Amino acid sequence: MDNGQIIGTPKELAKGEARVAMTPESAIHLQKLGYRCAIQSGAGKLAGFSDDAYKEAGVEIIKTAKGLWEKAGIIAKVQQPESRELKYLAKGKTLISFFNPAGNEEGMEAAKTSGANVIAMEMVPRISRAQKMDALSSMANIAGYRAVIEAGNNFGRFFTGQITAAGKVPPAKVLVVGAGVAGLAAIGASVSLGAITYAFDVRPEVAEQVESMGAEFVYLDFEEEQQDGAETGGYASVSSPEFREAQLAKFRELAPEVDIVITTALIPNREAPKLWLEDMVAAMKTGSVVVDLAAERGGNCEGTVKDEKVVTDNGVTIIGYTDFPSRMAAQASTLYSTNIRHMMTDLTPEKDGQVNHNMEDDVIRGATVTFEGDITFPPPPPKVKAIAAQKKPEVKELTPEEKREKEIADFKAASKQQFTLLGVGALLMLIVGAFAPASFMQHFIVFVLSCFVGFQVIWNVSHSLHTPLMAVTNAISGIVILGAVLQIGSESNLVAIMAAISVLIATINIVGGFLVTRRMLAMFEKS
Amino acid sequence: MTYGILTAAYISASVLFILSLGGLSNQEKAKRAVWYGIVGMAVAVLMTVFTYGGGSLGWLIPTILIGSVIGWYVAGRVQMTEMPQLVAALHSFVGLAAVFIGLNAELELQSVMAMSEVAREALNGFALKLAHKTSVEISILKVEVFLGIFIGAVTFTGSIVAFGKLAGKIDGKPIKLPGGHMWNAVSAASCLILGILFCNDAGIWTMVLVTIIAGFIGWHLIMGIGGADMPVVVSMLNSYSGWAAAAIGFTLGNDLLIVTGALVGSSGAILSYIMCKAMNRHFVSVILGGFGGDGGPAMEVEGEMIAIDADGVVSALEDADSIIIIPGYGLAVAQAQQSVSELTKRLRAKGKEVRFAIHPVAGRLPGHMNVLLAEAKVPYDIVMEMDEINDDFPETDVAIVIGSNDIVNPAAQDDPNSPIAGMPVLECWKAKQVFVSKRGQGTGYSGIENPLFYKENTRMFYGDAKASLDTLLQSIN
Repeated sequence: MDNGQIIGTPKELAKGEARVAMTPESAIHLQKLGYRCAIQSGAGKLAGFSDDAYKEAGVEIIKTAKGLWEKAGIIAKVQQPESRELKYLAKGKTLISFFNPAGNEEGMEAAKTSGANVIAMEMVPRISRAQKMDALSSMANIAGYRAVIEAGNNFGRFFTGQITAAGKVPPAKVLVVGAGVAGLAAIGASVSLGAITYAFDVRPEVAEQVESMGAEFVYLDFEEEQQDGAETGGYASVSSPEFREAQLAKFRELAPEVDIVITTALIPNREAPKLWLEDMVAAMKTGSVVVDLAAERGGNCEGTVKDEKVVTDNGVTIIGYTDFPSRMAAQASTLYSTNIRHMMTDLTPEKDGQVNHNMEDDVIRGATVTFEGDITFPPPPPKVKAIAAQKKPEVKELTPEEKREKEIADFKAASKQQFTLLGVGALLMLIVGAFAPASFMQHFIVFVLSCFVGFQVIWNVSHSLHTPLMAVTNAISGIVILGAVLQIGSESNLVAIMAAISVLIATINIVGGFLVTRRMLAMFEKS
Repeated sequence: MTYGILTAAYISASVLFILSLGGLSNQEKAKRAVWYGIVGMAVAVLMTVFTYGGGSLGWLIPTILIGSVIGWYVAGRVQMTEMPQLVAALHSFVGLAAVFIGLNAELELQSVMAMSEVAREALNGFALKLAHKTSVEISILKVEVFLGIFIGAVTFTGSIVAFGKLAGKIDGKPIKLPGGHMWNAVSAASCLILGILFCNDAGIWTMVLVTIIAGFIGWHLIMGIGGADMPVVVSMLNSYSGWAAAAIGFTLGNDLLIVTGALVGSSGAILSYIMCKAMNRHFVSVILGGFGGDGGPAMEVEGEMIAIDADGVVSALEDADSIIIIPGYGLAVAQAQQSVSELTKRLRAKGKEVRFAIHPVAGRLPGHMNVLLAEAKVPYDIVMEMDEINDDFPETDVAIVIGSNDIVNPAAQDDPNSPIAGMPVLECWKAKQVFVSKRGQGTGYSGIENPLFYKENTRMFYGDAKASLDTLLQSIN
């Protein structure tokens, strides 16, 4: 055990950061992997973990940050390292932390030159296997929950509707924009507090998740082919201007109604989209609250001030805090340290206290941003898609060869059928022709051709016009009147009378049939 | 007028008839197409009258006038919900006319045969044609007369029974004499024997007998078919009336009759085929009546029917964005088409998407529902066919079933023992919520239990369709 590497956690330097990357509990698990654990004195204090608690869990307490960085082979921390911390990086050391590789050139450069291996926790791919180390999700979960609590703290009413002896209290209406992890957590907290909760997301496939949390999904009347979240690793991507307009229109419609808005819309590596505009804020009731979880990247709400709470002229509170997880430091530290521990488990397949940095592993490869002096960011796309792709129609794409084969087979079958039919038909014709006189055959040709034309024509008749079709064929079958007209001049009275009756009823048929068809067709109108 | 000109007139009439049927491929063209038919008919009748009927205008003018007045009156008065019975009644006229003309042909033949050579030269019209026939031609003529009379008589009585059933004057349930189809088989065989006797110059009595027996077949056949199968029956009778006309055309040697008869005959045959396909049943099993043998016990239906009142339906409609209405025969019976149209108008005014899903066999006549909705001024572009709309149910908030039953029965897909197993149905149960407007808890025409009514997302909205819709209209403005 003694020869295992040391995992060390320094005190966070960032102002207001209360979280810690190692808890006494996670330390016990790490030691089971063969590692030794060390922590800077007082690192867990703000999160509620005293040095004694760590000591009890077998963690070595080191006085200074410098001492800790030098001693530990693996450094686990929360916030991205500041420049004085970067100086401690050296070859052979592994840093596990949030690192913001896309916006942290200085850090990347320093890590590269030092030769240290850096695992950025925000880069953990969003695949099922890696969920246990997905720190973004566990932090977002806390942020979502805390957003509702912050909102409640600043909202002067109950969430739930009540009828009390002192009067009726309407339930609060909460709109959650963006149904990612944070959004879903916010929905869950808000619903369980009893508010009427609506949620919106650009990815329509999350509607089901939203509804499963007990909120109502806000649908847009928009008919563009909506984006498939599975293509972008479960994150939203930039939407078309038309879509944005439809979205804003919907928000504008909702603004006067809702009491609390929680915006969580973030697009990776981009400025947060402005979704809750000034006029929407202005349209909200006095006392309403907007919690902007995207404040870190400029905010979803116009009027958000980063890290501050502002109250607008019409009495709407806009909360732009960025440290929601830190505000629940104990919870956040427990979850984050567990994520770190799972990462370490994956890095230590042998449980021998030695890091085996396997760059073939999808998850480790994805999260590693510098490795032995090379920048390995951005990672290649993961082989497994983050979430189940939208159900595609089950028609299998056929290869050209298969298509061709199928066409040939279909054609052969159809030809066979037609040839058989034609053969049988021709045979019948021959038999009839052999016995019938020429005058009959002339009429017979007309008959067969007419049947043929009839079949061709009727197939094209629209389904909705089948009743008019029946009425019109009915009318023209009154053509039997011709037969009666031919016979009516007969010398026999009986024949003449029967012919006269036939003329009469055939006329009813013709006139009635055509008129009723005309009446029906005149009714068909387009909207 | 010469024979040549008459033939030319017949050719143009044939072309006009074909255009008239072909024009029904779309609603706008159809309005013009019906004029083709009218003009074609006028040309054919006038030319024939001028060519052959000159001597009998005394008979012709009054009969045509009276017939036109009756036809005009009936066509003007009929309710759109009564279309099926009107069509059936008109079919019976064609059948009867075919019988008369067939009998006449035989009577004329007899009298011509009895004449001397000199007297024959003096004949005109149909008799003249007969006089020139050879003996082979005469025997063929007799076969044609027999076919014309037989089909005509079946059409005549069959259509009368269909009319009675559709008009509610005869019970819609299948009724058969003890012995069932044996009667039909025996009758058909005796008709055949009589036909052979007739061809061997047994005399006109054989044809009178054939008329009576064929009439019995038509009556018995259609009596044995249930109300739900009426779309097939009506289109089948439509087809028969066409074949009868064609047979008469052969008898008289008139090509226009043959062409028209063949067109009508094939049209009816295709409609019957489409209807059978829509019910996933074989033509023969429809004609033989009733539902086929029972293949096992029907699946037990679990759950209970939950009723809902008008307020519940109204609030669900207020919340819904997309609504699909599935009308059936019950809508026609309750004459509720105007109310449903008004409801549609108001919901659409609120920006909701309202569409209609029409099953091919909804109603008692092919296309029946389309005509009813058109009458009530429901725009035809929101009226969809089953295939167009069936995939949209999962994204639909509310489906309203008004007076239809078998066409929305999930047992057709789930229960292999169901009598309607395999019949394509409207999958309305996939909508988020389903309301069923229905008079009571009973089963539909076919007597099959409908599991849709027991589904969790289904609510029963009991009452007469029109009354129910009117209560909804009071609360939706």
